[in-house]
Amino acid sequence: MKKTTDLPGDEAEYLTEGEIACLPDGLFERLPDGEKQTDVINRPSVSYWENARSKLMADPLAMAGFVVIALMIALAVAGPMIRPYAYDEQNYSVINQTPDGDHWFGTDKFGRDLFVRVAYGARISLTVGVAAAFINMVIGVIYGGISGFVGGRTDMLMMRIVDIIMAVPSLLYIILVMVFLGAHMHSIIIALCFTYWLGTARIVRAQILSIKSQDFVLAAKVIGESDLKILLRHLIPNSMGPIIVTVTFLIPQAIFYEAFLSFIGIGIAVPVASWGTLANDSLSNMNTYPHLMLFPALAISITIFAFNFIGDGLRDALDPRLKR
Amino acid sequence: MTKYVLKRLLAAAISMLVLITATFFLMHAVPGSPFNPGEQRNVPPKVLENLRSKYGLDLPVWKQYLNYMNSLSHGNLGYSFKKLNYTVNELIVSGFPASAVVGALAIVAALAVGVPLGITSALKRGGWLDWLSMILATIGISMPIFIIAILLMYVFSMKLQILPIYGYGTASHLVIPVVCLAFSPIAYITRLMRSSMLEVSRQDYIRSARARGVSEFMVIAKHGVRNSILPVVTYIGPLIAILLTGSFVVERLFMIPGLGRYFVTAVSERDYSVILGITIFYGAFIMLCTLLVDIAYAIIDPRVKFTD
Repeated sequence: MKKTTDLPGDEAEYLTEGEIACLPDGLFERLPDGEKQTDVINRPSVSYWENARSKLMADPLAMAGFVVIALMIALAVAGPMIRPYAYDEQNYSVINQTPDGDHWFGTDKFGRDLFVRVAYGARISLTVGVAAAFINMVIGVIYGGISGFVGGRTDMLMMRIVDIIMAVPSLLYIILVMVFLGAHMHSIIIALCFTYWLGTARIVRAQILSIKSQDFVLAAKVIGESDLKILLRHLIPNSMGPIIVTVTFLIPQAIFYEAFLSFIGIGIAVPVASWGTLANDSLSNMNTYPHLMLFPALAISITIFAFNFIGDGLRDALDPRLKR
Repeated sequence: MTKYVLKRLLAAAISMLVLITATFFLMHAVPGSPFNPGEQRNVPPKVLENLRSKYGLDLPVWKQYLNYMNSLSHGNLGYSFKKLNYTVNELIVSGFPASAVVGALAIVAALAVGVPLGITSALKRGGWLDWLSMILATIGISMPIFIIAILLMYVFSMKLQILPIYGYGTASHLVIPVVCLAFSPIAYITRLMRSSMLEVSRQDYIRSARARGVSEFMVIAKHGVRNSILPVVTYIGPLIAILLTGSFVVERLFMIPGLGRYFVTAVSERDYSVILGITIFYGAFIMLCTLLVDIAYAIIDPRVKFTD
């Protein structure tokens, strides 16, 4: 306790009426009425999502990320349509052209238009990224939700299973599933689904564990809501922030794996143009025609950059605790 | 401590069993075996049949599984289906050293660059080095390793011609592969070290060390680094798995005769016994490394209790 004056009865928490009366005049002054209003809340109350949105809008990197992804989506949707070439259309009179008015990104060794191929690659990458992230979110939320909500032995068993699967690097599983299913786009998505939900499941479980003993859950129980309804209506919506952040970071990872697998030749098979296969194709004459490498490489890097920036922005906006 | 290690070993053994079983049955469920009549047109059916029975492929799958587990318990991973007269063990023995050399150098490089860079950017927060490390980290996290590899190859081997394009043997051959592998780990370790150093430098014991008149260097070296390096130690476990991913790209691009290259070739050739063998080997190796790192972590940091 700070000792400021030598008033009688200093050890006591409050002064009695009599003690106040014997305080010397001029030592204290009355507060103006305005000061009393300081603890009144003037700002309208801002909901979690409104707050997150305004934080996100104020983040230039995240907004730039959104713009880039919007452009990529536009490229993926409209790119192959605005040019008069098909992605697998070969034309031996225009092989290995450098970029010009006819072929914006040049052509490859079969005379295929690189712009259309890169645009087609955008379709594959974005589809793989979004589909894998979404499926994994669903699996992760269901698995983690049940594990966290039921708790006890079920929780322990379910989390042991996650540990066991997680102990092995996911790449090994992904490659095995790719061998099993063959080189298609859907096999990459399925392969990613084998291991990608693990992280989401862990986060959802931790989140549910931390909120399931809060009062609003108790209140829901008291008014007789069923367990399923509590899980779906109260627990999962309240853990949506961290879930969205985790899933956003899954998208660039999925895009990376697709490009990576296609690059080492066990992802999507030619002639389908994925960014990874385009990069791999251009390897053999990279010294003479570096533009064949440049465009797919730029497309991959820019997209992953953009998704990472969006993820960072969302993390800061939705779940500051996750910040490293 | 012993209990903790035993528990972890048991968990690792279960993971291995799951991995082996899953891999085995996946490989055998794949449509088209290595000796399909359709694939080898010039081989008479009788020969194919003999081949199948030589490799035990005519037995029921569960019997093959038991046979495989039996020979695995003797450390025998079987014959390669595609490389004549090669056992999987021989492939691993011939490929692993090169992979291990490149990987170990990458870990050393990542730690040797990442840790000091992280410390400096934490100490000179907002300085040019901090910005540089931030930019490097963003690039390292967003740029796939194969693009970094191609970029370095293009600049240093093709344009400047100061480093060999590919091959293995001399020290100069190792420079680009190691830099590629270490690039994104450097970025990650730098950020990890920076944030943990910032966290530690706010602690009371740092203030009291300064108050006792300990020199700034000793404050950073003895009190700061020793406490802030712990997250980096935990990262070494996952780092080994990340290097595995990288090795597939780097060994293929730079023609390094390593295990990663054999694995990728085996996958595209559907050489099942090699896929199976190398997967098991990688799985066991990485799990062992993770376990060792975790134990080392627990020894370094006395706050960690040995309760699962």
